[in-house]
Amino acid sequence: MKHFDVIVVGGGHAGTEAAHAAARMGARTALVTLRAAAIGVMSCNPAIGGLGKGHLVREIDALDGVMGQAADRAGIQFRLLNRKKGPAVQGPRAQADRTLYCRAVQAMLSAQPNLTIIEGEATDFIVNAGRIGGVILGDGAQITAEAVILTSGTFLRGLIHIGDRRSEGGRMGDRPSVPLAKRIEAMGLPLGRLKTGTPPRLDGRTINWDILESQPGDDDPVMFSFVNSAPFVRQVSCGITHTNERTHDIIRENLSRSAMYGGYIEGVGPRYCPSIEDKIVRFADKTSHQVFLEPEGLDDPTVYPNGISTSLPEDVQADYVRSIRGLENVRILQPGYAIEYDFVDPRALRPTLELRDRPGLYLAGQINGTTGYEEAGAQGLVAGVNAALSARGAEPVIFSRRTSYIGVMIDDLVTRGVSEPYRMFTSRAEFRLSLRADNADQRLTGIGRALGCVSDQRADLFAQKMSALEAGRSLLDSAQFTPKEAMARGIRVNQDGMRRSAFALLSFPDVRFAQLRDAAPELAAIAPEIAEQLARDALYANYIERQNDEAQAIERDENWAIPDGFDFAALQGLSNELRGKLARSQPQTLAQAGRVDGITPAALTLILAKLRQQQRARSA
Amino acid sequence: MDTIFALASARGKAGVSVIRLSGSGAWAAVRSLAGSLPEPRVAGLRKLWLADDVLDEAVVICFAAGASFTGEEVAELHVHGAVATVSAVLRALGALPGLRLAEPGEFTRRALEQGRLDLAQVEGLADLIEAETEAQRKQALRVLSGALGRVVDGWRADLVRAAALLEATIDFADEDVPVDVVPEVLALIDGVATSLRDEMRRLGAAERVREGFEVAILGRPNAGKSTLLNALAGREAAITSDIAGTTRDVIEVRMDLGGLAVTVLDTAGLREAQDMIEGIGIARALDRARAADLRVFLLDDEDVPLIAPEGDDLIVQGKADLGGGVGLAVSGKTGEGIDRLVAEITRILSARAAGAGVMTRERHRFALTRAVEAMESARSEVLKGADRVELAAEGLRSAIRALEMLVGRVDVEHLLDEIFASFCIGK
Repeated sequence: MKHFDVIVVGGGHAGTEAAHAAARMGARTALVTLRAAAIGVMSCNPAIGGLGKGHLVREIDALDGVMGQAADRAGIQFRLLNRKKGPAVQGPRAQADRTLYCRAVQAMLSAQPNLTIIEGEATDFIVNAGRIGGVILGDGAQITAEAVILTSGTFLRGLIHIGDRRSEGGRMGDRPSVPLAKRIEAMGLPLGRLKTGTPPRLDGRTINWDILESQPGDDDPVMFSFVNSAPFVRQVSCGITHTNERTHDIIRENLSRSAMYGGYIEGVGPRYCPSIEDKIVRFADKTSHQVFLEPEGLDDPTVYPNGISTSLPEDVQADYVRSIRGLENVRILQPGYAIEYDFVDPRALRPTLELRDRPGLYLAGQINGTTGYEEAGAQGLVAGVNAALSARGAEPVIFSRRTSYIGVMIDDLVTRGVSEPYRMFTSRAEFRLSLRADNADQRLTGIGRALGCVSDQRADLFAQKMSALEAGRSLLDSAQFTPKEAMARGIRVNQDGMRRSAFALLSFPDVRFAQLRDAAPELAAIAPEIAEQLARDALYANYIERQNDEAQAIERDENWAIPDGFDFAALQGLSNELRGKLARSQPQTLAQAGRVDGITPAALTLILAKLRQQQRARSA
Repeated sequence: MDTIFALASARGKAGVSVIRLSGSGAWAAVRSLAGSLPEPRVAGLRKLWLADDVLDEAVVICFAAGASFTGEEVAELHVHGAVATVSAVLRALGALPGLRLAEPGEFTRRALEQGRLDLAQVEGLADLIEAETEAQRKQALRVLSGALGRVVDGWRADLVRAAALLEATIDFADEDVPVDVVPEVLALIDGVATSLRDEMRRLGAAERVREGFEVAILGRPNAGKSTLLNALAGREAAITSDIAGTTRDVIEVRMDLGGLAVTVLDTAGLREAQDMIEGIGIARALDRARAADLRVFLLDDEDVPLIAPEGDDLIVQGKADLGGGVGLAVSGKTGEGIDRLVAEITRILSARAAGAGVMTRERHRFALTRAVEAMESARSEVLKGADRVELAAEGLRSAIRALEMLVGRVDVEHLLDEIFASFCIGK
């Protein structure tokens, strides 16, 4: 019988990140997957990052994870979204070559010490006195471990719909993992049902690119990883086309044949990523919708038409796709489909992603009701780090909303649960101005180093950057200008006689570093990228200062721990509904309780009063 | 939980005093004093016994657990208000096993712990208990019934909408959201800002209803201010004599004028001070008079007011019994014109009270001010253009947060401390 510290089941984005993180932490780690060749496959659109999502990738990278570096290696078109808006809401995004991405992920995994990849199907868990202690494979082999991380995506009662045709499976072409799914179902975990969809895949050689608008990448591509500075491979453009009235007519006429509108689907789909049927029904007055034609790879003719996911029958798909400009003669390589699946209500999880009622078992990724590679990867990392910590008997690490998008996501999931597939947005982060993609390393690399998941090499790079930032900051602080001197450089400030530092002036709109450098030549010692970073810090410095009170209030509430087994059901005076919600999400701090959906001030007061009472009772 | 008791009505001599008990032993305790209990929620007359002595004859009301103010078993003893009687009953209760005197705010805390009140209700309740008059009661009831919550929810909804519009341009930059959201965002911000500013104006009046209005009587020494005050109050509150300068300090008399709590201030006579003590009295009189909500100038025929009357201030002819003047004339001595003066003061103050909004506390003012500032910042960032949109969104977010603070959604900890600290025993 083999023994590991941590077993990860599943080789998707959550699984790879979890296994790599656990191994980085020094845990002897096994990754169990059906096909090693499918590790790191992008099963939906061929892109990484975006708004909120790009932030997550940066944070994964700051903790020395896989996704950022793999995406840089595979990136064939880089765009910084919201480039014209402030840095807090800029999100790096890239089209990725599917093959290169898989290859990069697999290369990183095989280069990682402590990590063993096992091909096989996990069919059951080994349970010791209520604690999950390993898995049993299809061939009967048993692997024991201190902790098991399950990252099985959409395999729980996964059902694929193409029109009225249905087949079981977690992903097109993959057989469903029935025994383990049955085992999970038997655990009696709270489950919900969601759906998502994909568009048909097109043969790029049959698209009339010449008549279509094209969208190139940025002139100065921004990488995901803090250790990279330029793309690795040739860059390409995406195409843009639009649906039209005829497209909409075809879809409308065939709505009843769509799995969604034919009543075949019970799962809830994401509002931010509607199928083309949804778009046409819900926004009936729109006569056209944008479609991005995204190449899936440099040597792959497959094109992913982003914006027209569907569950219509194949013949209708062909009809409506060919009604779109530039796609008149297109060949469909694989039909679009909708998939519905069960997820585990993430309120059953601790903030470490361990199941509250099944110690030793961690869940990460789509099984927790999220969508997206980035959300999955970030959860994998959290589960991997915590499983490794638990395996060595160390205290868990909980990421706070105050310091990371990872913390925002985990907190949202475990306290509020999900009602549609959960996707990251920048608006979910109340400390958005501090939680920027550009400073993810400043926020997290130090923490990661202390935890033990950041390599020496990255730690050195980070230390160099930090000392350059500190030196630059002190130069900016010591360069002082009177209002007159500032005016002389074209910087308009109040003529109040107050001297202002170069750092303070950088926070003014329209003030550029170059202006200050001209006025104070010693600032020329600051390298351009360091100056840029300091300018981003300066822009928000005043706002962040003002948010400190709020951050402290949250910290105070975070310090009000709600003990395990706190009996919410016994709280007199709460509505049954609220009692149920609290009992389900079992908030672990007063701060989390405050974010439970529908919570009222009175309810919070009640909890606090109860906590105080218990505290008094203990101290008495 | 143990059973607590305390005097729930004001301390001191009164017609009736109410002693309240709460906890699982409340009924048993009363039964042991009264022999038997009336039906719940029905008042019953009972003799309260201590051994063979009758302590008092009291009205007893019982409330069952789940249907009482604290949510626990509750009993109320309405006893005769003599200090000695109340002390005797409290002593008798204290001697019973399992009963103890309540700590400050403990009844309310229990109500809170039993989920009988939400936070806004607790504050409203505090005011209700303090309400001495009808207008205060009405306002406190408005807060209790959730008027504050509804108003804030309305503003919050508008700001959330504005924020959502901005967020859509941020988080969905890559998608089809071409509509220019700026006009609607500005309209929403402006609408809420206008309401907030109106509410802040009403806030001053609301605070007055809660705390009571102040009316200062001003006039030269011996103009008859003290006599007037006594006539208004119907009792000898200020010393009156014929020697000028008798009132050397500010004398306050709290009274109910047409349903409003009013404190009438009798000030030192306004003249050149003859000695230091009188000088201090005059300076203090002037300060208080300026700060008062309304000034009544009591003038002799040829007098000119020493500080300028403003707004609704009243100028009355004093000592009307000594020879008629023109306009409003009163005589403290004969009572002539007093009714008219009271009517006039009531009319003015009632008009101000009518403008009172639903916000009554300093905390509310603070939150409103923060919200307005944040909205102004958001507005100016919106106008600066799309490259500052995250800063505009930040302004809206902190405005929303400030409003939520108003209804107690956050910072529960602070709020609780404040609430519990402002409660006295037995309420």
